[in-house]
Amino acid sequence: MIEAVDLTRSYQLEGVSVEALRGVNLTIGPGEFAAIVGPSGSGKSTLMHLLGCLDRPTSGSLRIDGVEVAGLNDTQMAELRNRTIGFVFQSFHLLARTSALENVALPLVYRGISRNERIKRAKAALEAVGLAHRLDHRPSQMSGGEQQRVAIARALVGEPAVLLADEPTGNLDTRNGAEVMRILDGLDCTRIVVTHEPEVAAHAVRQIHVRDGLIELDTAT
Amino acid sequence: MRRYEAFSMALEALRVNRMRSLLTMLGVIIGVLSVVILVSIGTGAKNAVESEIAGLGSNIILVVPGRLTTGAAPTQSRLNLQDVAHVRRVVGDPAKVTVSLQSGETVRVGRTEQFATIVGTDENLPNIFERPLERGRYLSETDVDTRRRVTVLGAEVADKLFGDIDPIGRQVSISGARFRVVGVYATVGATFGVARDAEVHMPVTTAQRLLGISRINGMAVGASGPDEIEPLQGRVLAALQERHPGDQFSAVTQTQLLGTIGSILGMLTGVLAAIAGISLLVGGVGVSNIMLVSVRERTREIGLRKALGARQRDILLQFLIEAVLLTTIGGTIGIALGVGGSLLIQALTPVPAAITWWSIALAFGVSVAVGVFFGVAPARRAGRLDPVIALRAE
Repeated sequence: MIEAVDLTRSYQLEGVSVEALRGVNLTIGPGEFAAIVGPSGSGKSTLMHLLGCLDRPTSGSLRIDGVEVAGLNDTQMAELRNRTIGFVFQSFHLLARTSALENVALPLVYRGISRNERIKRAKAALEAVGLAHRLDHRPSQMSGGEQQRVAIARALVGEPAVLLADEPTGNLDTRNGAEVMRILDGLDCTRIVVTHEPEVAAHAVRQIHVRDGLIELDTAT
Repeated sequence: MRRYEAFSMALEALRVNRMRSLLTMLGVIIGVLSVVILVSIGTGAKNAVESEIAGLGSNIILVVPGRLTTGAAPTQSRLNLQDVAHVRRVVGDPAKVTVSLQSGETVRVGRTEQFATIVGTDENLPNIFERPLERGRYLSETDVDTRRRVTVLGAEVADKLFGDIDPIGRQVSISGARFRVVGVYATVGATFGVARDAEVHMPVTTAQRLLGISRINGMAVGASGPDEIEPLQGRVLAALQERHPGDQFSAVTQTQLLGTIGSILGMLTGVLAAIAGISLLVGGVGVSNIMLVSVRERTREIGLRKALGARQRDILLQFLIEAVLLTTIGGTIGIALGVGGSLLIQALTPVPAAITWWSIALAFGVSVAVGVFFGVAPARRAGRLDPVIALRAE
């Protein structure tokens, strides 16, 4: 599913080269639930951006769903993100003045799917996260937990092969956080959660510890 | 993404920021409004002048001493009635040549005074110019030959001096001499700012004696058809050069006047439109500015859309359509207000305003172009944002 070989990523910061990732080798299979943990500055966010095709590696190879990311142009990357990856962010990232239904349907707009079909699928995705009664609500009219569930519905509406969650419980209280993790537990696509909370990481079967741009510990090996 | 999706997204964004959208449009609205109104006024003025010239009569050649070019000093006339007689022979048809001698004098009836342009002319005037009578008769050949003190009044002069009374057969006093009114002209309006209704006509011979001079200001020749104008022009000029060697004379036709004045007014209209176009440009800069603000404000939204699979061109299209919508909606409102304003000006003021389709089409086309031109830079910036950086934006 995901295959990273000798992955590096360095940035130029005011003329100084900073190596965020220094050679990561990683294979995550279909349906696996993995947690990437590590302190801030460890490179776990950089790794997540690479796995999410939001960024390109400096060197090394990254194959997602059989496609080599390094050789893609912007448009191909966008299409890969649209079809293969679902994102869940810490701060939800919902469009403020837009209903839950329209928010969830948004990825399908960029896939060129007709409006009726989008509405149908978005409804089903919201029902799956228990928000059938919140279709026309705006983010401001919902609780944090509900907003994150809308975001999960949006990530899943396109039936992606990989779900990437960046600190999904970071802005939620314990009860809502648990609800979000329970939903993630119940999915069967490949799930990667980036977190620094041990309780959240404990939901995942596999723990990948990142430190100083390298994988320090991987419970799968 | 389909085209109409980008369209409805852009429309939604404008709707959400209603006040800002309206204020941004205002620049374009004012620009388009002024283009439409100023072009209407310019065109209206041109039409009015052209119809004035056409209203003089047809196939007229005006002969005056000196050179009729801009910047040339007025020339003291050396033309006299012998020259007119000579031109009559050259033209062949004496009835198609008339003369003009002008002077400003006060006309008096009892205690009522009116300043008027005294025009000394002859019986051939109505053969050449469109100058219908309201009542009475034109000057006659005998009036001219015998220097009769008779006069034909312009409509305005007759009205000011006599009001409701019929002036025919009554006396007016001009420069201390008494004249009998034999006719009154119908209202003809102004030509080149010359109020022809404020003229008082008398036999040219009488006028010469009254003013104590023997010259005339100029003459007018009527050609029998449009094809006759040019050869006639040459013959008349040649005849005058022969009698006054070394002097300059000009013979202008209506077509030449129309051409000159038309091009001056056309230029004026162009300048007005260009000035209005500058305000449209300023409006475009406003659109560009607001679009840049909008892109910055919605950086996180752009990052999210990209994460969800929006391509560069999807984002670019969304923002470009937003900018073009701003200017086209603004342009349409501006056109509506401009047309309304032109109609209002036409109805409420003496300024002639003629709405032209080309100015409306141009204003609309320019609004669209301004939207594309000023929208493209912010839209490209939005499209090129790095999703990682955009998602982190505050």
